[in-house]
Parts: sequence; C-alpha cells; structure tokens
Amino acid sequence: MKDEVTSREERIDNLKGMGCSRKRVEDARFTQGKGNYVDDIKLDGMIFGDFVRSPYAHARIKSIDTAAALEVPGVLAVLTAKDLEPLGLHWMPTLAGDKQMVLADGKVLFQGQEVAFVVAEDRFAAADGIEAVEVEYEELEVLVDPFKSLESDVVLREDTVDEAGKPVDGAHGPRKHHNHIFTWEAGDKDPTFEVIDNAEVVATESMYYHRTHPCPLETCGCVASMDKVNGKLTVWGTFQAPHAIRTVVSLITGIEEHNIRIISPDIGGGFGNKVGAYPGYICSAVASIVTGKPVKWIEDRMDNLMTTAFARDYHMTGRISATKEGKITGLHCHVTADHGGFDACADPTKFPAGFMNICTGSYDIPTAFLEVDGVYTNKAPGGVSYRCSFRVTEAVYFIERMIEVLAIELNMDAAELRRINFIKKEQFPYTAALGWEYDSGDYHTAWDKALKAVDYDGLRAEQAQRVEDFKAGKTRSLMGIGLSFFTEIVGAGPVKNCDILGLGMFDSCEIRIHPTGSAIARLGTISQGQGHATTFAQILASEIGLPADSITIEEGDTDTAPYGLGTYGSRSTPVAGAATAMAGRKIRAKAQMIAAYLLEVHDDDVEFDVDRFVVKGAPERFKTMKEIAFAAYNQAIPGIEPGLEAVSYYDPPNMTYPFGAYVCVMDIDVDTGVADIRRFYALDDCGTRINPMVIEGQVHGGLTEALAVALGQEIAYDDMGNVKTGTLMDFFLPTAWEVPNYETDYTVTPSPHHPIGAKGVGESPHVGGVPCFSNAIQDAFRPFGNRHTNMPHDHWRIWKTANELGLHG
Amino acid sequence: MSKKQHYKITVNGKEEEFLAEPRELLIYTLRERLNITGPHIGCETSHCGACTVTIDGKSVKSCTMFVAQADGKDITTIEGIGGPDDLHPLQNAFKEHHGLQCGYCTPGMITRATKLLEENPNPTEEDIRFGMAGNICRCTGYQNIVKSIMAAAAEMNAAKEAAE
Ligand code: FES
Ligand code: FES
Repeated sequence: MKDEVTSREERIDNLKGMGCSRKRVEDARFTQGKGNYVDDIKLDGMIFGDFVRSPYAHARIKSIDTAAALEVPGVLAVLTAKDLEPLGLHWMPTLAGDKQMVLADGKVLFQGQEVAFVVAEDRFAAADGIEAVEVEYEELEVLVDPFKSLESDVVLREDTVDEAGKPVDGAHGPRKHHNHIFTWEAGDKDPTFEVIDNAEVVATESMYYHRTHPCPLETCGCVASMDKVNGKLTVWGTFQAPHAIRTVVSLITGIEEHNIRIISPDIGGGFGNKVGAYPGYICSAVASIVTGKPVKWIEDRMDNLMTTAFARDYHMTGRISATKEGKITGLHCHVTADHGGFDACADPTKFPAGFMNICTGSYDIPTAFLEVDGVYTNKAPGGVSYRCSFRVTEAVYFIERMIEVLAIELNMDAAELRRINFIKKEQFPYTAALGWEYDSGDYHTAWDKALKAVDYDGLRAEQAQRVEDFKAGKTRSLMGIGLSFFTEIVGAGPVKNCDILGLGMFDSCEIRIHPTGSAIARLGTISQGQGHATTFAQILASEIGLPADSITIEEGDTDTAPYGLGTYGSRSTPVAGAATAMAGRKIRAKAQMIAAYLLEVHDDDVEFDVDRFVVKGAPERFKTMKEIAFAAYNQAIPGIEPGLEAVSYYDPPNMTYPFGAYVCVMDIDVDTGVADIRRFYALDDCGTRINPMVIEGQVHGGLTEALAVALGQEIAYDDMGNVKTGTLMDFFLPTAWEVPNYETDYTVTPSPHHPIGAKGVGESPHVGGVPCFSNAIQDAFRPFGNRHTNMPHDHWRIWKTANELGLHG
Repeated sequence: MSKKQHYKITVNGKEEEFLAEPRELLIYTLRERLNITGPHIGCETSHCGACTVTIDGKSVKSCTMFVAQADGKDITTIEGIGGPDDLHPLQNAFKEHHGLQCGYCTPGMITRATKLLEENPNPTEEDIRFGMAGNICRCTGYQNIVKSIMAAAAEMNAAKEAAE
C-alpha cells in the first residue's frame, strides 16, 4: 500500500495544511475572467433601478414630480418615500441603533442622498428617467463642522427633539444638544485627571483623523428577485454579512426568514464598505415585489464615494502624562465623532465608538479615560471599519501620535520611549486601564527585531547628518523615520459583550465528509479576496487529516451555510477559523471511535497522526482518515451513527490581539512636498500562521491602503456640503507607480485561547501602517520644531508644513 | 434615447452583429449584450482599468468608448487570452505569485500586461510599475502583481528561446 512507504514528512506535505503557502484555489476562475460578481448576474426579465440623488446637503423637499419620468421610454416605475411609507420601509434601522431614510422623507441631510428610485428596462433608460424626475428643494443651512453643529440652533433631525424642541434621549443615552447623538465613556475620569494634572510631564495634542472611504474596486450592488409563485425573495448582493442581512430584511419587511435567501457571490473587495444595509438593497427588493421582476441595482463610483460607508472622521484631543524618565502615567482622550446625517456606524451594539478604548495601545498605562461624543452633520452616514476592527485605526493612530508628541516633550528618542513603556511579556494576559484583556504578546522581542533589521541607530545617524547638510545648504531633502508599534483588537467577538442588532457575534462551520474521503465545509463568513476557500481548507486539512485539495469551502448562501455574522473586523480567522477547527475536532473524535472499532482496540488505544489513527506503540497498525470516512458510510458500527458530519458554533472566550512593529524611511523634498518612500519594514505577529503567502499578500495590501489614507486619500466637503472628492480623479487610490516594495517579517506569539492560536492579520497592516507613514512625515520635520500636522499628507500639505516652519527661506 | 444603429465587431475572434444605441458604452456591449463578463467596471471614468481590453492591438479602457467608436474593430478580452486548456503564462504567474486577492482588477490587469509584455518583453520593475499605472488594484499593494509579470516575462522569453 502506497501509504506505508510514504514518509511522515511527505504525508504532512500532501495535506497542504496549516503553515504552508498553498496556492489559492480561487485564482483559476479569477484569472480567466470567470469570477461571478454581483454585476455578472443576469436573470430572465431583469430590470434596473437607480437613484435620483439630492444635489443639496441640507434641504426640504417641497415636491417630487415623477410624471415626466414615467413617460420616458423604458422607464417602468418611480418609487418615492410616499410609496414606501405604507410598507413602513421609508426608513430603516441602522446597525448603530439609529434609523436612516431609505428615500428622502420630506428632507435631505447630505449631498447624494437617495430621493427617488427609478426602475427601467436598462441602465441607460434609468439614467434618462432620473433626468426627468423633477424635485423642488428648499435649501436649508448646512452644517459640515461637528463643533459648529453642536452649537447651532438648526435641528438636523426632527426626531431628536420633543414638541417643545428639547433633545430627547438617543439609542445610547441622553443628548447634550439636538445635534448630539451619544456620549460614550470608558475608564476612570477623576483618577486619570488627577494623575495628569499632577504629572511631571504632560503632552497635549489635537488631531483630526480625516474622513475617508474604503472604496473597494467593485462598488456595492444587488439583484433582488421576488418569486411570487413560491413567495420567496432571493437577493444576491455585495454583503459582508449575508445572514445578518437576511435577519434584518426579515425584521423590516415581515417576510419570514425561511422565505428569504441572501447570496453573496464573489465580492470585489469589501474593506468595511459592504457591511451595512443600504437603501439600494431595500428599494431593489421593493421594486421586485412591485413589478414581479428581478431588479438589479449597482452603484456607480460617485454614488459609492458620496453615499455608502465613509470611514474615520474623528477629531481627537489627547493628554498623556509621564515621569521625567519617560514612564507613562496617564492618558486622556476626547473624541468628537462626525457621523453625518444618520448614525449608521457598523459597530457592535454596546460600542457606539467601536473599540476606540483600545487607545492605550501597546503600553502599560496605569490610568486612562476616554470620552467620545457622536454628532450629526450634513454629511453622508457610515462610520465603517475601513480595513480595521471597529475604530481601532483611529485608536492606534491616536496613541502612536501621542507617543511621538510625548517623545518631543521629553526630548527623548521615540523608539526608546516605546520600549520603556511596552507591556512586558510576563504581564500577559494583561488588563488595560480601559478594560480589555490582552491575550498574549511579546512586544520587546518584536521591537528589537524590527529596529535591528533596519539598523535603527544607523538610520538616526544618517538623519542627523542630513539635517546638518540641509542646514548647510547642501541638500533640499529631509529624511523621516516613521515608527509605529500597534496592538489590534480583533475577532469580535464574545457574545457576552458583542452583538449586532441583538445577534451574537459567534461564527460557525459545518463539515460533511464524503464516503471517498473528500469533504465540503460551509461557513458563516464570506471572503472578499482574503482567500477563505484556500486557508480554511488548510485549517481543516491539519485538523482532520484529509488533503486541503480534497476539501471544498463554501460561504455566502444563507440557504446552505450555517448562521454566522460575516467577515469584517478581522473576525474570520479568529471566530470562523476557530469554529472550523472545533468542527474538525468533532469529526476527528468520531473518526477515533471508528478507527478503534476497525482496529479492534479500545478508543483510547489509538492516536491521531497527520492523516490517520494509529495504534499507540504500534504505528504499523493504522487506519487512514480516508479509510475511516469510507467505513463511516459502508459499515454498521455498533453504537455509532452512520455518516461523518459535524457542525460547530464558536463563541470566542475573548478577542485576539495581533500586534506588530513597523518602520518607514522617507526622503522628503522640502520644495515640492514629494515624499519618497525609501523603505518600509513590517513585522507582524498574528499568532499561528495559516498561510504565509496569503499573510504576506494581506500585509502588502493593508500597507498600501495605509499609504493611501496617510498620504492623500480623503472625502472632503466644502462649506456647502458638496463632496469635493467624488471621483477617482480626486479621491486618491495609489497605483503601482506610487507604491514601494515592502519588507515583511514576523514573530509568532499564539493566542492562548484560540483553538489553533491564530489571531487574524488582514487589518493589522492598515492599522499599524497609517501612523507609521504619518510619523515618518512628522519625524522629518521634528528637528525644525514640528509637533503634529494633520493627515492626509499630500504634497501640498507637506509643502505647507515646510513653508510654515520657515524652510523655504 | 437615440435611434439604434447596426454595428459589427469582432470579439475574441468571433464576429458579432447587433443593433444598439450609439451612446452605449463598449463595456456594456461586452458585458450585457455579449455576456462577456471578464472585463469589470470600477469607475466608468477611465481611472481604474478594470474594464481594460485590447482593441486593434492597443490597451483600451472599454468604459470610455462608445460602441459606435468600436464599430468594425477587433477586440480581445481576458476570455480571449487563455482558458482552461490554453492558459496564458500571465494567468499562471498571477496564481503562482499571489498576484490577486479579490480578483476584480485581475482580468484588466492581465489584459493590460499582455500588451505591456508584447511591447517590452524584458521590462524592468520600473517599466512594469509605470506601464501598469493605469490599472488600480485595491487589494494586493501591487508587489506581487509586479512579481507575477516579471515571472511571466521570464517564462515567455525562455519559451521563445527554446523554440528558436
Ligand atoms: S471602469 Fe473603465 S477605467 Fe474604471
Ligand atoms: S485583487 Fe482586488 S482589486 Fe486587485
């Protein structure tokens, strides 16, 4: 038998299990143009819907006249809020406990807001129809600045005040003002203030983390198809959380959940953009119910940038205190969060500011206090986690900037300041001042490895020389060394404190082993490019001893996949990956009984070895998993049910805390503001590594999105609430030309509570990358008195910094 | 709406004749009329390159061309570059070197890269980064795309040498 002559190493290789750079199984179809994205779906009789959108950021709607539009050849119907109202669908609940207009109900609150939905035979006819809808607006005063909004008499949302005009409570408690959404606090206020007020050294800084957008290459869209014969609604769409969407659709339409089927086909990138529920989904479903035809709605790029899912927009003020030697003693952070016209943040219910309370970062800070005020303005709703766990990018940016500012205050090297404040290896599990229990970490080792890899001391010497040369007029270029050390909090999460609309944030995996020893596994998550079909099969291969190549992974169809909360916040590996391992272990437990029966020994006398169960002490006596699978289906085994299947719903006991150490070296042309990235070194510790090739790819991608955000990408508004960056002409997406080669590295500190020790990696490089790029720019100007400048550091802003520091002579 | 006109184009070696409004964008002709869904739509403003096809030997963003302008032309899309039985070296290299993640940019990337390598069979990394700058990828950070194209170039050159 071939098995007997194969070495153990060969058997391990043959599985292509965890730890190997298995090539992706998804790639064959994608490289041949055979992906199946939502816009590729074509159904018989399918029609198209598109929106009339508001040109104004704040206006009352006096009238909507659809008569002319209905005359346009090809136009079939035009929906307005009036049509949705009898169904109770003119507003919809948001994930943040607020509600949002599906179609403008009397007024509009941001530019691009959905006013009417035109349904037509094709996209071009829909566009003609949109032109013909006549809307009469009465412009109202526009509030784009959250600080002004909090002082304004203008009531943005009439549902925030009672008849007397007094603010009524919101979903997260009392309002301070009619345009105020919530206050969220963590930590101890008085003790923190006392420490900071009496500290030897205090650094204070205000920073604005600008509004940006995840902008995946594929925009959002759906095809809704109501089968009136069977009473079943099927919706294909760009959903990062298909099951949650099914439940939401059921709750708001009253259609029973078994009569709704949500399918996420291939998704062309998500990065947080595709977590929420958008008016387009609701209107398509309604239009399909009304017309009895399948309705497709696909955003164009402007719709996408202007209306669905902005990210960030946090105004943060911090105070950090320390001893003269640089030991940090306290941290205070206040955030004014601009949520736009509706609070549609995609955060777990109890966390209106996400996990912003991870803002003590990687440091042992004894006392801290965080307060976040959410505010309505005339901007688009959203507040999604753009390639990060909920608000973690903001938190890490905040602390990594505060550390740099404190280093200036202390006149200390910022790398050293980090080192003396890191949480020590032996302190894990570590409970931070703002409440989180960090599972594991070895920060000093990672930091030392990173600094050594880049020859940190050498870089600082070179930089000092450059400053001298600059002062001597020998060069017009400055050198910046950007540092960041981040701790992420991912894998939401424990059902005890994480839910979305009351749905616990567990995840799931169901496995069926086929008689001839191959398998299918279905998960509650959905890949948007992360390669789940490849990596989850690897986890299973190692757990159940069948080759990854013999395991099909399926996700995204709510009729077949087990219930799960989807893919975002780096939760797939920590939660669904764990579910996969646990389901695999159930398979293995049953396989052990079958093997023992076949080998005629006691259950405890066999043990698992790579791809088989062997009799302890007699390795020549074994049954391979393939043989066991067959036996499960073809033999009557006393006391054991036939078949080999398992399902696991995994509720993680804790989050996971990946971390990393990044260093960026830039040369900055003082006269043009052009920043040339000479080097970027990224060390990531994501615990157990499932597929190094995929991890590296995630790091490259996350760093590139970090580069984008730090160096130019923003959603900017003028005072009238016009979006100034609504196309790819103005919204910065780096091309191959602007992006450097990255050096990647790693350490491995497994998560102690995760079945395979994995922590998740997709978002770390973004979270850690943004402060690293920003710090590099700021560091270049530190010798000339720079403390902090706001992102995005585009050429103009860098030039301006240089100019303000008097470097242009 | 304007009057429909008669058009004739060749796509991946096959002649197609149909009536369409002249304002129809070529990407929709391909995707919706002819069911060639390899080329994708990422912007419709010529910025992202997801819709890249080859027209009469040149890389063209098909979202920015009216079907009227494509009348009589010879068009190649990703579907015409290689399939299960005749994979193009670029298709293989993208898989081998992890040159894609979500795959949405990939058809446009590979289509563009075939032209790049035709015009410059021995590109430097810089040549590739410059020559591919019209194609945006949001997932990979480009490093592995560059690597994939380098590897395909090497493989194609080796095959050419072997054939000579
Ligand atoms: S869709 Fe044509 S360039 Fe973006
Ligand atoms: S692989 Fe997703 S856009 Fe390139």
